[in-house]
Amino acid sequence: MVATVYRDLIFEISKEGRTAYSLPKLDVEEYDLSNDLPDHLVRSEPAELPEVSELQLNRHYVGLANKNFGVETGIYPLGSCTMKYNPKINEDIARIDGFNNIHPLQDPKRTQGALELMYNMKRHLRGVTGMDHISLQPAAGAQGEFAGILVIKKYHEKRGDLDKRTKILIPDSAHGTNPATAVIADFDVIEIQSKEDGRVDLDALEAAVGDDTAGIMLTNPNTVGLYEKDVVEMSRMIHEAGGLLYYDGANTNAIMGKSTPRDMGFDVVHLNLHKTFSGPHGGGGPGSGPIGVVDELHDYLPNPRVEKSGDEFIFNHDYPDSIGRLKGYSGNFGVIVRAYAYIRSYGAEGLRQVSEDAVLNANYLKARLQPYFDTPFEEFCKHEFVLSGNRQKKEFGVTTKDMAKRLLDFGMYAPTVYFPLIVEECLMIEPTETESKESLDEFADALIQIAEEAEADAELVQNAPYNTAVRLLDETQANRNPQIRHQKEDIEAEK
Amino acid sequence: MSCVFKHRYLPITEQDRKDMLKTIGADSVEELFSDIPKEVEIDFDKMKEAIPEALSELELTKHMNKLAGKNATANTHAMFLGAGVYDHFIPTVVNHVLLKQEFYSAYTPYQPEASQGELQALFEFQTMIAELTGMEIANSSMYDAAAALGEAGNLAVGQTKKNKVLASGALHPQYREVLNTYGYGLEYDVDTVELDTDVTDLEDLRNKFDDDVAAVVIQYPNFYGSVEDLKAVKEIVSQSKKALLIVVSNPLALASLEAPGHLGADIVVGDMQPLGLSMAYGGPHAGYFCVTKKLMRKVPGRMVGQTVDKDGERGFVMTLQTREQHIRREKATSNYSSNQALFALASGVFMTAVGKEGIQEYATQNISKSHYLANQLKDAGFELFNQSAFFNEFVVKVNKSVEEINDALFDKGFIGGYDVSDRLGDNHVLICVTEKRSKDEIDEFAKVFAEVAK
Repeated sequence: MVATVYRDLIFEISKEGRTAYSLPKLDVEEYDLSNDLPDHLVRSEPAELPEVSELQLNRHYVGLANKNFGVETGIYPLGSCTMKYNPKINEDIARIDGFNNIHPLQDPKRTQGALELMYNMKRHLRGVTGMDHISLQPAAGAQGEFAGILVIKKYHEKRGDLDKRTKILIPDSAHGTNPATAVIADFDVIEIQSKEDGRVDLDALEAAVGDDTAGIMLTNPNTVGLYEKDVVEMSRMIHEAGGLLYYDGANTNAIMGKSTPRDMGFDVVHLNLHKTFSGPHGGGGPGSGPIGVVDELHDYLPNPRVEKSGDEFIFNHDYPDSIGRLKGYSGNFGVIVRAYAYIRSYGAEGLRQVSEDAVLNANYLKARLQPYFDTPFEEFCKHEFVLSGNRQKKEFGVTTKDMAKRLLDFGMYAPTVYFPLIVEECLMIEPTETESKESLDEFADALIQIAEEAEADAELVQNAPYNTAVRLLDETQANRNPQIRHQKEDIEAEK
Repeated sequence: MSCVFKHRYLPITEQDRKDMLKTIGADSVEELFSDIPKEVEIDFDKMKEAIPEALSELELTKHMNKLAGKNATANTHAMFLGAGVYDHFIPTVVNHVLLKQEFYSAYTPYQPEASQGELQALFEFQTMIAELTGMEIANSSMYDAAAALGEAGNLAVGQTKKNKVLASGALHPQYREVLNTYGYGLEYDVDTVELDTDVTDLEDLRNKFDDDVAAVVIQYPNFYGSVEDLKAVKEIVSQSKKALLIVVSNPLALASLEAPGHLGADIVVGDMQPLGLSMAYGGPHAGYFCVTKKLMRKVPGRMVGQTVDKDGERGFVMTLQTREQHIRREKATSNYSSNQALFALASGVFMTAVGKEGIQEYATQNISKSHYLANQLKDAGFELFNQSAFFNEFVVKVNKSVEEINDALFDKGFIGGYDVSDRLGDNHVLICVTEKRSKDEIDEFAKVFAEVAK
């Protein structure tokens, strides 16, 4: 962070007559389209876009970048988000002319390199997941979920079973996208309680499963970072009832080269290329959420498919039972390119090492922090773990939110907080494999210091953050009186 | 213990590993995985068959360049292909901002105090796209235009409790496919309004517009390049108190065309790709999603709002989050989590670079150059399918298969237009001309086209 915080909006440094671009002079006669249009379709007021010089533009975005925390700024231990290092070479690769400047509707015979990459990427993802078939089309994890649940819907429909199979079972520890997805595929959601040990309660599951079950959505390891040891038994129960198992791949970073969703008995899986395969995250997107399915579900995957016909790579649209298309063109191709480069940079053994180090790092951090915080689940975790701020809240009135904000003062991003919902005052911590032991120690030291501050000087923590570009922001006001865009009148009033 | 794999991205040393295991109280890394039942352990040989051995940075670069070299690009060939994705000039500053790790490596701004830069950039993006569309509210992005339209369909059906969406026959076919998929999810029907030559048939719309209609979808300009009369459409849609008008718009065209928000649109969606985003084989781009104030609380995905910090300084947060899945779960307005934030930001940089006048110059050049080519082709004896005003693309009727024509054009250094024969019958090709094409390129294209397409 810099000493002076930049505070201007782009609209506030704008002045009529400035510009930051140049085009060649128009070398054909200017055509006045308004002669061809009825008056009411001719733009009446130009859009008020900013007017700045090129240097002003760059200073503006440097000013903003200085107020934004990235993975190269410091540790970014958001649980369930897998904030690993995003290799520089992958940014260069995605910008190679032959990837960056190709049009999705070109004749496929002139984009064979792009198709070959996607074709091979599907093979690599089959290796990670064990699934039989992959579609790269979904744009993000949630869209992968949507695609996967529609595949399950289509499966029941084709069996003439959809009318009665109206329910999707979802553990109470699941990501919010799971129930939200089931609903937009027109299923009802049945929530399954977790046991004391953070895992799915098999008795509760047994009670909920029936011939109205369309399927279950599971994350394994689950959102508290524990492997669902009973997954084979769950798979048996669901399959015997005629349902299918959906694997939420958000936590794949824990299991590469160790165990596959296919081995666990899943029928449909999505992966988050922006998480496990280093996307990167882009401040909340773009993602890429490929799905994989078992043979039996092949016909229902999104159209078109990338396939090989003889020596040629093609788009095949000829699957009449497909759920259809989810996104324009070929998915988030640029993210797929980066993730492909990431996989090729590691190989199978490297990916296994990634998962081993991710799990080692999480267990190490957990071991260091456990004495200072309530730890709901004491056994070894996978790539992430949860702590509870209950002790600090009850004894000193310092909440998890306070502690998270205080961490920002140490030049570290905060863990995911208040999720999963089954743990009170939850801190969900995922360090990833690209953090060094020294960096984990610094983070642990900071959090331990904050636990001590909570005891010695609660107010210090409650009033955090101090060293950020802005102090604690008023989210209530933002909701009560939503200001979603800047108004020109505001600028004039300010002037 | 499996042998340890050394890698440039992995900092844990052998010594670290030993020390860390000691702190953890485990004998080996394997012990940390002992909760995985034997029966679901991976067949690692199978994984090795599917994923080749690791490549060094140099080997990786060579391999990727080789793959990329198999693709014809907008730099190896002059591009006259559009149909939803366009070869526009992108000022270099856009890429330089995109390469800042503070933006590309960050996550969703869950801790706004440490994410002010991105939040402000998205707030500025929302303001700019709201300006262009003439709407009151914009969110901070969707996956792309097609997926944004799917969400718009879902919103309309939820809002009106009606079960049918009428989509113009001049809607981009891929957008229509995606809308159908969303309709399959929520179980609503999507029906087609037929064409009157190159624009939506208002008579057919009037006939099909009944009490069950949740929304009418019009693309502006439409898939064939022609400008639809939104005012006339709105008059029909207004006959119902509930039905919504959804407009899909190329935001660059809105520099010249009246903003849909001023013509009665309830929802405006589209793709930011024409404003500063690389074609990248179709993605990542960014969809935009704009609504009237009335629909603000029904919007899918993330929105950024302005607020103050405890010292009264202006700041930005994600707002109205009770619409979203991480709070509301099955009651959320959609299942959106990740969006396309980085590319919304990038298009914000583009809109800033070109500014109020520049976007008009881009639009004028697109209009002038596409009409210049259209007139050349007309002079050469080709028939234009478009009867209405068009923006930067138009359809030409040809006498040979479009593939044959495009093959011949390719040999002369051109990427030809998009084959729309399966939709319009006979042989029809959709041709696009952007500001990037010089007069010389257009003249040469027209000459070769006339030779091979007659």
